[in-house]
Amino acid sequence: MPSLNVILSFIFGRLTLADLPLDEPIVVITFVVVAIGGLAVLGALTYFKLWGYLWREWFTTVDHKRIGIMYMVLGLIMLLRGFSDAILMRIQQATAFGGSEGYLPAHHYDQVFTAHGVIMIFFVAMPFVTGLMNFVVPLQIGARDVSFPFLNNFSFWMTVGGAIIVMMSLFVGEFARTGWLAYPPLSGKDFSPDVGVDYYIWALQVAGVGTTLSGINLIATIVKMRAPGMTLMRMPIFTWTALCTNVLIVAAFPVLTAVLTLLMLDRYVGTNFFTNGLGGNPMMYVNLIWIWGHPEVYILILPIFGVYSEVTPTFSGKRLFGYSSMVYATVCITVLSYLVWLHHFFTMGSGADVNSFFGITTMIISIPTGAKIFNWLFTMYRGRIRFELPMMWTVAFMVTFTIGGMSGVLLAVPPADFVLHNSLFLIAHFHNVIIGGVLFGIFAAISYWWPKAFGFKLDPFWGKVSFWFWVVGFYFAFMPLYVLGLMGVTRRLRTFDDASLQIWFVLAAFGAALIAIGILAFLIQIFVSIRNREQLVDLTGDPWDARTLEWSTSSPPPAYNFALTPVVYERDAWWDMKSRGHIRPLAGFKPIHMPSNTGSGIILAACATAFGVAMIWYMWWLAVLSFAALLVVAIWHTFNYKRDFDYPAEAVRTAEDARTLALSTEAHA
Amino acid sequence: MTALHDTTGAASQPAPPTFYLVDEHPHPEGSSTMFGFWLYLMSDCLIFAMLFATYGVLGGNYAAGPSPRDLFELPTVALNTSMLLLSSITYGFALIAMQSGHKGGTLAWLAVTGLFGLGFVGIELNEFAHLIAEGAGPQRSAFLSSFFTLVGTHGLHVTFGIVWLVTLMVQVSRFGLTGANRRRLMCLSMFWHFLDVVWIGVFTFVYLMGVLR
Repeated sequence: MPSLNVILSFIFGRLTLADLPLDEPIVVITFVVVAIGGLAVLGALTYFKLWGYLWREWFTTVDHKRIGIMYMVLGLIMLLRGFSDAILMRIQQATAFGGSEGYLPAHHYDQVFTAHGVIMIFFVAMPFVTGLMNFVVPLQIGARDVSFPFLNNFSFWMTVGGAIIVMMSLFVGEFARTGWLAYPPLSGKDFSPDVGVDYYIWALQVAGVGTTLSGINLIATIVKMRAPGMTLMRMPIFTWTALCTNVLIVAAFPVLTAVLTLLMLDRYVGTNFFTNGLGGNPMMYVNLIWIWGHPEVYILILPIFGVYSEVTPTFSGKRLFGYSSMVYATVCITVLSYLVWLHHFFTMGSGADVNSFFGITTMIISIPTGAKIFNWLFTMYRGRIRFELPMMWTVAFMVTFTIGGMSGVLLAVPPADFVLHNSLFLIAHFHNVIIGGVLFGIFAAISYWWPKAFGFKLDPFWGKVSFWFWVVGFYFAFMPLYVLGLMGVTRRLRTFDDASLQIWFVLAAFGAALIAIGILAFLIQIFVSIRNREQLVDLTGDPWDARTLEWSTSSPPPAYNFALTPVVYERDAWWDMKSRGHIRPLAGFKPIHMPSNTGSGIILAACATAFGVAMIWYMWWLAVLSFAALLVVAIWHTFNYKRDFDYPAEAVRTAEDARTLALSTEAHA
Repeated sequence: MTALHDTTGAASQPAPPTFYLVDEHPHPEGSSTMFGFWLYLMSDCLIFAMLFATYGVLGGNYAAGPSPRDLFELPTVALNTSMLLLSSITYGFALIAMQSGHKGGTLAWLAVTGLFGLGFVGIELNEFAHLIAEGAGPQRSAFLSSFFTLVGTHGLHVTFGIVWLVTLMVQVSRFGLTGANRRRLMCLSMFWHFLDVVWIGVFTFVYLMGVLR
């Protein structure tokens, strides 16, 4: 029946039953597990009548703290997905020796390593970092919210939309088989005709819009909304690094948007930007994507440097050593991060002069980074160090990141890079800095700010279990890769001939297993802490005897953050308040102007996600419809002029009185 | 703006200053909007910078196909350019009318601006159709790919600007020149002039220098 086929292909585009991976048992089993788990969660939400609560209090919220927490939840969920990809790869590489093909067919294995990279960078590290900045920055600068609260909600849901598109590719169709940056011509229409690369493009485009807008939002917040007295050189270092990171985001993500659009045009319209024929130039893509890609790694690490700069002084009982040099180092890194992109492809053949320039700039960037390490060390020197969890992660970071930084400087030497390019040495290097830098810092930040977000500390025992398994597991998983890389093993291989290499891959797989226990222990830690929240409770709002403004308000902070806007006289504003006998205001509250919740953000993001899916599967009717809906909802939203309300002074007083009571109970206990 | 409460404590010990605002005024609504919109424009500017760079690298790759000299008709481009430049002037007139509180004048000048914008987009689409009919479509060579993408992205921006302009006209006529609407008119003004500046780049580097090449 040709007419039925015409109708079906009109409705579903190029999606057919054959695109459901029913012949791949691993995927089917995963799907069944995910489906059962998902249905259980949905059923529980319905049974406990939580949908209304979630919608009103969380999905439509414009409160930066709740949006920050939702980002962290997204990052955690996606970490589990990205990590299961890692386990799949480690098992494959540890077993595919001596003629064995392992258990993953090439078609599947290539998707696994691509998805692992994409998810870990875009949907784990980015949400974690954005979530932290969202939660902490307004509190640190004494503000009541971000500059554009609605935009904040919209940005979050766009990130979720991107994550949904990536997750969908697991069960409907397939993901890209190109590696995480999808270099053409492999990612072009000729060599990747199916939907994988389109999933990649649209997931990143949808999430990228959210990231750019959240960058704009946070810059405006930091520049415009600081408490009176907080000059730039009195800002907490985390806020400084957040400012630099968001400048990088606004200056780098449009490049990604542009280059992915060009790749999209090559695939959809048949243009010749990155093709082999008709004047196209694939290396143009590699240049452009790394002009985004290199700043991106600093987008991830800079705020984490900020985390360490908050944790170290707090747990050393001293102010940060070298505040100004820390600021200048951060700004230097921000600028330099734009001048090193070519070190990702020294082997392109640009010639000795170009390679030398980028080699030298790369070595120079290690100087401000090194200065930071010394600042943290000198902060600890003669400090009264308390080795609580955040501090443990910080020390582990300092050791691990230094090793990763040194292997990076080795790679910055162009002749050495010609040997090590695309080898497992490179893989070991960037996991060394991303896990040892970014991820350790995120765990430090979670255990540091968790009491602020929820009003009780995390359980230290399971935290330490998680810490030791993570750190030891990391060394087992990645040090062997340095060795393998030096022996010449290249990345993304599925099978091996040389049996003498196997022991190193087995060691790496063992390390991955340790990390799995570390992740499990982290989940147990959260569960146990929530169960024991009565014992772990903190009523003071300042459980670590910390130094910056976020610790001056209650935990969790009220919706309005500060009953009266704080005034800043010194760098460590809260420390200054404590040491000069600050008295909490108990009266004189005024109504507080607050933004109202709105569902527009999630609706707009849903339209954008539908548009992405429609484009991936060539469902043109849905593309037109969802795009039109996007426009209509956006315009309709602008007709809503009443976006704020006054939080009554009486309610502020009630909340503050309750806190006064809690504080006095704590003092008498 | 910040009236700090001045406590004079005991004479022997310097009294701690007040660590919070006693007499607080709420942030004026939309106080960061202009700055935020500037940041957005700069991010958009980077997209154009990428497209210019791509055109700079690939613009000479004709793939044995037509070159700018074969394709571009400067009189049409001059007409098109003058449309856009005039629309910027008329937008300026709309803002002058807004400043003096003339709702009718604002709406009239916005309408003129929108018509100039439509004229610009119409001429551009006509030029594109013409090129494609000649066999010089975006698929022909890397030069044409980057040409269509750069000029087309600009045209797409102008189109969105027109949609925004119509929306704002409806809002101004319904709700008047309120503070929120004035702010929105200022944002669109920045957007519109920004597109003008980008077009001057396109006109110079793509059309003029292309024909000279």
